[in-house]
Amino acid sequence: MQKTSVRLGVDIGGTFTDVVLEVDGASFSTKVLTTYAAPENAIIDGMHQVCTKADITPHAITQIIHGTTLATNALIERRGAKTALITTEGFRDVIEMRTESRFEQYDLNLNLPEPLLARQMRYTVAERVDARGDVLIPLKRSDVEAVVAQIKTAGFESVAVGLMHSYLNPSHEQMVRDVLAEMMPDAMVSLSSEVSPQMREYERFNTVVANAYIKPLMKSYLGRLEGRLKDEGVSCNIFLMHSGGGIISIESAAEFPVRLVESGPAGGAVFAAHIAARYGLDKVLSFDMGGTTAKICLIKNQTPKTSRVFEVARTYRFKKGSGMPISIPVIDMVEIGAGGGSLAHVDAMRQIRVGPESAGSEPGPACYGRGGAKPAVTDADLVLGKLDPDNFAGGSIQLNTTSSEGALTAVLGDVLDMDAATSAFGLAEVVDENMANAARVHAVENGEDLSEYTMIAFGGAAPLHAGRLCEKLGVDRLLVPPGAGVGSAIGFLRAPFSFEANRSVYMRLSDFDAGKIKTLLGELQSEATGFVRNCAPDATILSEFKAYMRYAGQGWEIPIILTADQAANPDAATFEQLFAEDYAKLFGRTVEGLDIEITVWSANATTPPEQVAKVATASNKTAATITARRPMYDPALAGFQDSAVVLRDGMSEGAEAQGPAIITEDETTIIIPTSRKAIRQPDGCIDVTAKG
Amino acid sequence: MVKEHSNVAYQVMWNRLISVVEEQAQALVRTAFSTSVREAGDLSAGVYDTHGRMLAQAITGTPGHVNAMADAVAHFIRRIGRQNITQGDVYITNDPWEGTGHLHDITMVTPSFHNDVLVGFFACTAHIVDIGGRGFGADAASVYEEGLYLPIMKFADAGEVDQTLVRIIRGNVREPDQLIGDIYALTTCNEIGHRRLIDMMQEFELETLDGIAAFILDNSRRATLERIAALPRTQASGEMTIDGFSAPITLKVTLSIEADRILSDFAGTSGLDRKGINCPLVYAKAYACYALKVAIAPEIPNNAASLAPFEIAAPDNTIVNALHPAPVALRHIVGHFIPDVVFNAFDKIVPSLVPAEGAGCLCNFQVSLRPRMDAPAPADAVRREVLTFNSGGSGARPEHDGLNATAFPSGVMTMPVEATEHAGPVIIWRKELRPDSGGSGKQRGGLGQYMVVGAREGHEFDIQAMFDRVDHPAQGRRGGGPGAPTTIAQDDGAKMYGKGKQLVTHGRKVMMAFPGGAGYGDPAERPRESVMRDLARGYISAQTASEDYGLSSADIAAVQKAITKGENI
Repeated sequence: MQKTSVRLGVDIGGTFTDVVLEVDGASFSTKVLTTYAAPENAIIDGMHQVCTKADITPHAITQIIHGTTLATNALIERRGAKTALITTEGFRDVIEMRTESRFEQYDLNLNLPEPLLARQMRYTVAERVDARGDVLIPLKRSDVEAVVAQIKTAGFESVAVGLMHSYLNPSHEQMVRDVLAEMMPDAMVSLSSEVSPQMREYERFNTVVANAYIKPLMKSYLGRLEGRLKDEGVSCNIFLMHSGGGIISIESAAEFPVRLVESGPAGGAVFAAHIAARYGLDKVLSFDMGGTTAKICLIKNQTPKTSRVFEVARTYRFKKGSGMPISIPVIDMVEIGAGGGSLAHVDAMRQIRVGPESAGSEPGPACYGRGGAKPAVTDADLVLGKLDPDNFAGGSIQLNTTSSEGALTAVLGDVLDMDAATSAFGLAEVVDENMANAARVHAVENGEDLSEYTMIAFGGAAPLHAGRLCEKLGVDRLLVPPGAGVGSAIGFLRAPFSFEANRSVYMRLSDFDAGKIKTLLGELQSEATGFVRNCAPDATILSEFKAYMRYAGQGWEIPIILTADQAANPDAATFEQLFAEDYAKLFGRTVEGLDIEITVWSANATTPPEQVAKVATASNKTAATITARRPMYDPALAGFQDSAVVLRDGMSEGAEAQGPAIITEDETTIIIPTSRKAIRQPDGCIDVTAKG
Repeated sequence: MVKEHSNVAYQVMWNRLISVVEEQAQALVRTAFSTSVREAGDLSAGVYDTHGRMLAQAITGTPGHVNAMADAVAHFIRRIGRQNITQGDVYITNDPWEGTGHLHDITMVTPSFHNDVLVGFFACTAHIVDIGGRGFGADAASVYEEGLYLPIMKFADAGEVDQTLVRIIRGNVREPDQLIGDIYALTTCNEIGHRRLIDMMQEFELETLDGIAAFILDNSRRATLERIAALPRTQASGEMTIDGFSAPITLKVTLSIEADRILSDFAGTSGLDRKGINCPLVYAKAYACYALKVAIAPEIPNNAASLAPFEIAAPDNTIVNALHPAPVALRHIVGHFIPDVVFNAFDKIVPSLVPAEGAGCLCNFQVSLRPRMDAPAPADAVRREVLTFNSGGSGARPEHDGLNATAFPSGVMTMPVEATEHAGPVIIWRKELRPDSGGSGKQRGGLGQYMVVGAREGHEFDIQAMFDRVDHPAQGRRGGGPGAPTTIAQDDGAKMYGKGKQLVTHGRKVMMAFPGGAGYGDPAERPRESVMRDLARGYISAQTASEDYGLSSADIAAVQKAITKGENI
């Protein structure tokens, strides 16, 4: 039989490598342990497993899409190449001085994260471009040669180039590259004007340094992967998921590896966006909760929200400012230290605190019986009756309720004069409230009201907490899709080919220059389209444009979406009107009489989204088969309720379970609070809605 | 019927209130116009009960605002009068003594009503770039010269904005659009806090905040008092001299640890300066309180109860208790040094906890650029005001080096150079670490920084300098050496001063070196590897490595060789 489409999605995570194979709509998946020394080994292993399940050979695979945390981990663990920076004289310490502030004001012993490159790795050249892109001090080739000679002697493998205002005028950075190419032909070079052509030197320099730092490692890994796959008979193209939620070629990925950072979570957001499309939902909150962190993302009109800058490698309780900023197009999400393994304690105010410290897999939560003495979120879930001690992870781990109760009592109950169940309730409420607060702040920053949203939950711990989170956030509907355990890898297979190009060019509406804008957006469009054309030579390529605008004098821009026509025929009045509408929506009112300025422009080229067949929601409702009953604590009612236990696999289309209920499967457990009911939809999603 | 709430429910509500005020602060950052607010985070936001007691405060913000604003709402209630508080009201002031210390801080308060009953207040403060008068600087001889004064009054009365007030404000400031924009941003941020509060009250079926207020304040008070009770019941004094403006200033404090409070008494501190670096007591109290709280109770959230046990006293018209009409525009200079002098006393009570002295006040300057006047200026030359925030090094800690070029005790950020250069025709030629400026010690002081500032071709400018530690560098603790002093001069060597407005003619640049933090402990005890690492990074010179730390010439040669080979040390 002729197979038309055989696609493989691979997500290398911190613990597991997830592999999903789709053969003409049928899906086969597996999880194998990540092999740190040679990550490609786990891929090959997983690929053979799913090929066997699907009864095909690797040669039959028509496309591989790959995302990985390797780039992120290399930055967190500082395992990059021997890298040098060449920067403007007078600005050697930009990546070290950061914002000159303390991200935690109430810690006298605070230490700031070390920059990726120590000071002696940072070289300077005399040159200067001003804020209009004009050259104040021309760069002398002989000066560059002298610096490159030192870098060569020192044996650096990779060189980052970051010069002041290079996003306006890259000629000096290009001259440095030319000299490097001549004198050090084997060195890898990254220019800030190419990696991240955006204003704000700290973010731009840090981004180009990060790119240079992981480039040799990622290039070598991607080369090995290609070779191994070829040896196994794979002959198709390999593409990479990037942080912005699209796919790029393996060559582009090797050139701009910093764009691979956070590609796994981006896949999760694309997965949720696909479910949103299936259900025709325009406002979705994706909620992904694993062992150590929870990630929350807003998905509007079936498109994950994106941002131009984010932070990796937060070193201090996931606190904002404690990591390093990377300015690249990225799916915008909040990540907090709240997962199944997050540990609880009582602080000086006798308040229960949860996370970000995590029990990890060793020793794990107290209930694993491996010596964990502190109560974790999973312990609370067990004591509250949300988990079945005999059927956790498909029965592969026996949970010990007595150990959980002991840890809860010792660490929380004895201090606060509560029994184990109340302590568990307190712990679960605090972690749920932390996640709800993160979602609320994220929503307000984006001018959104969550009560109009639907939640889509995936990841091992999310379905245990999503119901309560919906109650707290006033969200009426929750979807738990099937395959939630390998959501990111599935998301890779749903992602379009896409590339976003950004540039900082400052303009006031009072000095509106339509010709200049037209040219600029045209350049950005052809740059972005070029990347996509590489991957999909014959596909239709759509372009989206954005102008980042604010009132003159403000510091935060809001992205204004332009149609192709508005980009091709820019007009100041239209720009002003679009801005005023969005501003009023975000902040309630516009400010009269102020000039408006545009700081950043972007063009996103993308292949059309996959046509998604809408799910016809189940109409014939039947009562789900209840296999058992057990008491489960309902926090909204502050007490244990007799709850139904239902097997997810046993739920046929239209099967309905009334809360309080517990829907179990191997990978996770879905908790239906008393206030909700759940119905199985035709595509396997569990659809949880408010009763009545 | 009043619903009973469990301990767990109150815990959740407390968390929620902290999240509510954080949302309030973020809304302000995103809508504000002044660079000091939006880039540097010079703001605060909080929620209060009907008695004007602060219940929660945003983490975003800076200590001088945070602790000063805690007292402000009670003044608003008293001045407006309870009987005059109605739905839709918004109140405003920039009173240095009833707000946060100078006319450049606008504080706005909004009463919060639930089911037509007053349940609390939201307040927020932001540092705005101009309020008229002489402009932001030290040059005024009284507060009357420092700009427009707005006594506590209604900005909006039952939803109706006072247009007369708006016209007066517009007519008295240099950047009226920006200031009015900022006032609206402050109004918006209180409104967002109010909406979230009402959501919470509906969710938990609260009719008043009394129950949650009692829970927050009782737990905070008990936790703070436990920390105070753990300290030795004793007294100690600390003293420090700084440059001042007209004459050097002595700051002196006596700390008394009592059963249920810590008193910081500033008797013995210098009197007022002629110029605007005087500090109202509310601002001095904010930083004295910050210093003690960060030392003994850092994780207890700021609220009325956790701040109350930290009391302050100072004789009238000492420089930390400047009374009306003293000029106070740059009150932050004295205020930012308060933690250093408090630590000097506290170190005698609890050794090995607090840092050595640091750069202290922020190294801020404002440049007023204009077309050159000594010769014809190019047609595109403009007038612009550009304010920058910068930091020297912080003092070494008992177990850690000081932080390089990082604000302490202030919580603000610097602005990106590229953004500053878009704000006006200014060129920052240099902004980088200053080697050898951190005081020697077992733990080294944080490095200061170099800055060089000029103007684009065709412009001249005034620089308003706000620097200290020119003649009085940070002093070390337990054998640690002093940090390097501030220096400032023009590129042709012409002398300049640490404070005041000074002309810089066309083509000239200002060369500045900001101070380092002091060292902690005997430099001889500094591990050899740390000295070699500092040398490799260029934090110290070979001369300092040899003279201050006794690094051998063989080790110095080894470091220099490692650098040429690109090896990390």
